[in-house]
Amino acid sequence: MDLSVGMFISVPIVASSIPLAVGGALANSMAGLDRVNAVFIGDASVEEGVFHESANFASLKKLPVIFVCENNLYSVYTPLRQRQPDRPLTNLAAAHGIPSVTADGNDVEAVYAATQSAVTRARRGDGPTFLVFDTYRWREHCGPNFDNQLGYRSEAEYEEWRKRCPIERATAKLRQSGALSDAATAAMIAEIGKVIDEAFDFAKAAPLPRASTAGEHIYA
Amino acid sequence: MPDATAAIRTISYGEAIREGLTEAARRDPTVFMMAEGVDDPSSVFGTIAGIAKNVGGDRVVEMPVAENALTGIAIGAALSGRRPVISLHRVEFALLALEQIFNNAAKAHYISNGRHKVPIVIRCIVGRGWGQGPEHSQSLESLFSYIPGLKVVMPAFPRDAKGLITAAVEDNNPVIMIEHRWCHYVTGEVPDGYYREDLIGSRPHGDGNDITIVATSYMTLEAVRAAEALNTLGYSATVIDLRVLRPLNMEPIIASVRKTGRLLTVDTGWRTLGPGAEIVSQVAQTCFDALKSPPRRMGLPDHPAPSSRGLVQDFYPNAETILAEACSMIGVAPARVGAVRADLAEKRGKVPVDVPDPFFKGPF
Repeated sequence: MDLSVGMFISVPIVASSIPLAVGGALANSMAGLDRVNAVFIGDASVEEGVFHESANFASLKKLPVIFVCENNLYSVYTPLRQRQPDRPLTNLAAAHGIPSVTADGNDVEAVYAATQSAVTRARRGDGPTFLVFDTYRWREHCGPNFDNQLGYRSEAEYEEWRKRCPIERATAKLRQSGALSDAATAAMIAEIGKVIDEAFDFAKAAPLPRASTAGEHIYA
Repeated sequence: MPDATAAIRTISYGEAIREGLTEAARRDPTVFMMAEGVDDPSSVFGTIAGIAKNVGGDRVVEMPVAENALTGIAIGAALSGRRPVISLHRVEFALLALEQIFNNAAKAHYISNGRHKVPIVIRCIVGRGWGQGPEHSQSLESLFSYIPGLKVVMPAFPRDAKGLITAAVEDNNPVIMIEHRWCHYVTGEVPDGYYREDLIGSRPHGDGNDITIVATSYMTLEAVRAAEALNTLGYSATVIDLRVLRPLNMEPIIASVRKTGRLLTVDTGWRTLGPGAEIVSQVAQTCFDALKSPPRRMGLPDHPAPSSRGLVQDFYPNAETILAEACSMIGVAPARVGAVRADLAEKRGKVPVDVPDPFFKGPF
């Protein structure tokens, strides 16, 4: 949680954050605040009932909330085709009267444009938008490793998606247009690398919290 | 404390809740109500009737039939600076929202190292009688009282209904308010205007020497009646109306047991793993030396509430059975107890077991 950058909350129960985002949008609209809430969900979240309950309400009340569905085709090891019938994810939003935009989730500019349209709608008071960004998960569901050796998907599928790396594509485009030079790239990598290194050093050097504080912050 | 000039008058528990909520909404513009059928003619058994007129319709939000999202949306609104008061109506509907309640409501403050706050009030009603049966009669306070981060209140009398719901709305924590359906009819003295009862613990009725009876919600009314009957036998009880189940304040209970030496608890839900179980455990651990006899617990037997009037005859503790249990613990001669029990039964008369006893309308 870091409200200074608008990072509000993250919860581990799939789809549990969806009504929180809608409730925040309700509060913002009651307070007359010009704020838009975005909730990031995976392709499996829309299988949970609470997604539909929340979408129904957000649509009914025309709340300033964006449902950002990162469709990476997998729920842990189970592919989308084994979990849902063969129809577009956007049908689920249409069922609640919510317009959708589908875009290549590995194309930075396409993602930006789709999001901008949703933010504009929300700010205009026209209600929620359902964004579907098609993308892929390279590594394991939880952890830093690769796990294709487990055999739940083909190496070929993985390689196809790797070719569509969003960073490589964006970089290539910027280089081609001349907006990004080798020197600028090197400088950015060095600078950001330094921030990351400092964060790691800080984390490794920081002491663990004391066990005696484990019972704090039960009640406000 | 009520304003010194506040009039004290007799109103019902349901009206007291409505007053508390109206006053809270008037004082704080971030308070809003949300429920299914929030504006319908029954208005949650009259407890929110007319509030929309008093505070503006935009603060009374109708919710489609979606308890899980209703609760999550309210929690999200609370996290974002509002003070929602939601009614899940029957406590059974809260079962559909337990993940939101046990996780997001109860733990957001802890997980965020104290930064997030969830000032939500979740009202639930315990049904009884009229054939409501197994899934409209449960008393599930133990589920909520189990979870760190929640507060749980169960007022029995109108004054506390108003005072506790006022404090619940003002509390920066999630508060589950469990109202017994039969308590909505109870009348009693309630201060006018703003009235708050801190969420710190129980309230004693009487100052007896022979037994401490700790009861919750509707069972407090039955326990008070049993205590009056006990007086006619020459013994006295302190009835402790628990009121606040979490955080549980054992101090007044321990102090009373040190005086009387006997403890009887009476729950509105199943006896197994009810609030009485926790109270008896703590008393045994803390003041075992003060006990003259083993503590006992009363509650519902281990089966669901039947619908049929025939099947529910022996289901609920009542003043008579509470009296019998207390007398058994004290050692009163059974013949003497029998006479007083018969008297109680006669006073109850022809009132069927599954409708509220008019005696309990009060005023108290």
